[in-house]
Amino acid sequence: MAVNGVEITGLGFSYGRGGHRLTDVSLSVREADVCTLLGPNGAGKTTLLRCVLGLLTPEHGTIRVAGINTAELSARELARLVAYVPQTTSITFPFTTLDIAVMGRTPHLSLTATPSGADRRAALATLADLGIDHLAHRSFAGLSGGERQLTLIARALVQQAPVLILDEPTAALDYGNEVHLLRVVTELAAAGRAVLMTTHQPDHALAYATRAVLMRNGAIIADGSPEDVVTSDSLTELYGTPIHVARVALPGPGARSARTCIPVQHVGDGSEPTRNGGPPCASPV
Amino acid sequence: MVGSAEQTDRSGGRAGDVASLQADVAPATSGKSPTGSLRGRGRIDLRIGLLVLGLLVLVVVSFGLGRYLLTPWTVVQVLIGQLLDIPVHWTATDQTVVMQVRLPRIVGALLVGAALSASGAAYQTAFRNPLVSPEILGVAAAAGFGASLALLLGLAPVVLQIMAFGFGVLAAVLSLGIGRIMGGGSTIVLVLGGIVVGAMFQALISVTQYLADPENTLPEITFWLLGGLGRVSLGGLVVPGIIVAVCLGMLYAVRWPLTVLAAGDDEAHTLGVNRRLVWLLVVAATTLMTANVVSIAGIIGWVGLVVPHLARFIGGPSFARLLPTSTLLGAGYLLAVDDVARSATPVDLPLGILTALIGAPFFVALLARAGRQWL
Repeated sequence: MAVNGVEITGLGFSYGRGGHRLTDVSLSVREADVCTLLGPNGAGKTTLLRCVLGLLTPEHGTIRVAGINTAELSARELARLVAYVPQTTSITFPFTTLDIAVMGRTPHLSLTATPSGADRRAALATLADLGIDHLAHRSFAGLSGGERQLTLIARALVQQAPVLILDEPTAALDYGNEVHLLRVVTELAAAGRAVLMTTHQPDHALAYATRAVLMRNGAIIADGSPEDVVTSDSLTELYGTPIHVARVALPGPGARSARTCIPVQHVGDGSEPTRNGGPPCASPV
Repeated sequence: MVGSAEQTDRSGGRAGDVASLQADVAPATSGKSPTGSLRGRGRIDLRIGLLVLGLLVLVVVSFGLGRYLLTPWTVVQVLIGQLLDIPVHWTATDQTVVMQVRLPRIVGALLVGAALSASGAAYQTAFRNPLVSPEILGVAAAAGFGASLALLLGLAPVVLQIMAFGFGVLAAVLSLGIGRIMGGGSTIVLVLGGIVVGAMFQALISVTQYLADPENTLPEITFWLLGGLGRVSLGGLVVPGIIVAVCLGMLYAVRWPLTVLAAGDDEAHTLGVNRRLVWLLVVAATTLMTANVVSIAGIIGWVGLVVPHLARFIGGPSFARLLPTSTLLGAGYLLAVDDVARSATPVDLPLGILTALIGAPFFVALLARAGRQWL
């Protein structure tokens, strides 16, 4: 079955001197999916993303994007299929926001070309879609963290790639910007993109994702809908600390509710971590 | 970046309102901004036009400067007289001074300034570091060693040029080799490799000076290393001129991928840039130009470091604009400094000393103005 997104099969990778590695990772992300990768530091989340982006060459397995094996693609061809939003970016020189956004046109230009007026207008339209076209001629370095992250998303959208990869896109954002950015990401997925995103917040998987993948020691230990995968038990095991996933009722009409995770403390020292993390044996932090 | 944490904090509260802002702001700006950006491009073309004009004026004035003063009008007449058949209103001496004495020197200054500034602009963009200069891979020191060795052995000027050029290229190859072996091609290891190679050739220069005859060869080597255009001839500038033109063409060809490289190596890759190819072209062009310049004019520091900053103030950081701006500014800057070198005092001052004396304080001023963006 050809997946119009990312299909990773039996991926293996190791850094020469130990460190993070991946063993037999298989994962597929379809269009309109928001797939969140959860796992402790060193689980191999970023390594997996770097393999998909062509920044690392896997030792085993294949990565297919829109049915094409990425090992056979040039950087330019791959960039038309997969766009990347880094955690942060530091740009030394005083590029404007529009300069950064228009860089997304690069995979559609020949080696010796520069972006045309049409390319700049397309980038500006994308900035307008994200509501930041008023920043177009401001220096990127002078933007706030939220504005910068939206600019990087604009740059990725200008690439017009069907797959969007985000590496902890909200790590440097305040709470309001975090919510706004993730809403933008879910809208982009709903418009038909396949989104693969790492995060340290299980709540992101619960609130915004259609899929959740748990990784530990370079392997996938659970993969499915957030409802099934992100539970008190699985998070407690994944992070090695008691976590409780609670259902809370939301205000407003209808019987709406949402799930959220809460870290909990042991009652007594030296006791086994509580696997069910239930209120009787734990108190909220 | 140190500033990012602060800036994140400052954004607090603006939060999710970006979407609601959209409604208010979008209609106002979406009509204005495209024309705004196009006007921006027009302004830059105008600035480049003004730079060209300024450079032409400076060239004419430079022909007139020196112990034998000429009016700009005489200079223009002599120059036009070389191409067109116009009535001769100038003396034979005027003609000799313009064509034989000053033309080679002016062409040499333009060439050296353009090559060093374009190289510096390319390296600063590729290394994403505003403190990088064309000498970063040890090319200038190695070319200086090649020239010193030729002087020590009493070889012909042509051989000196070839040796300077050859050792300059060798230094870049060694630096790249060290970078590849030690760090798999990472930028910081490349820089460290360049420092090592540069220090090694600097030591070898000292060896040639130690071995040189203090009566005649040692002063010759010392003066040569201080940099200057006193020895250039028009014929000797043909090959260097072609090399610089080809290298500028190479840099112009990759002006956009090189701009994207300024966003970071990894990000450039995910934006579809063939990093290896662009780096290879940049290092090749910069090395050839720098080695070439040292082979005709000795070691002239600070130009490649300072001029790109000035150019960035005028034309912005995009390499497509930075390259022409840096090239024109660099050519003009070095011509002006060489004018001072040859006409300020009865003796011909070494260019390298002047560029350092002017460049260093100028650089501090630039740091004070733009420093916060870099740190």
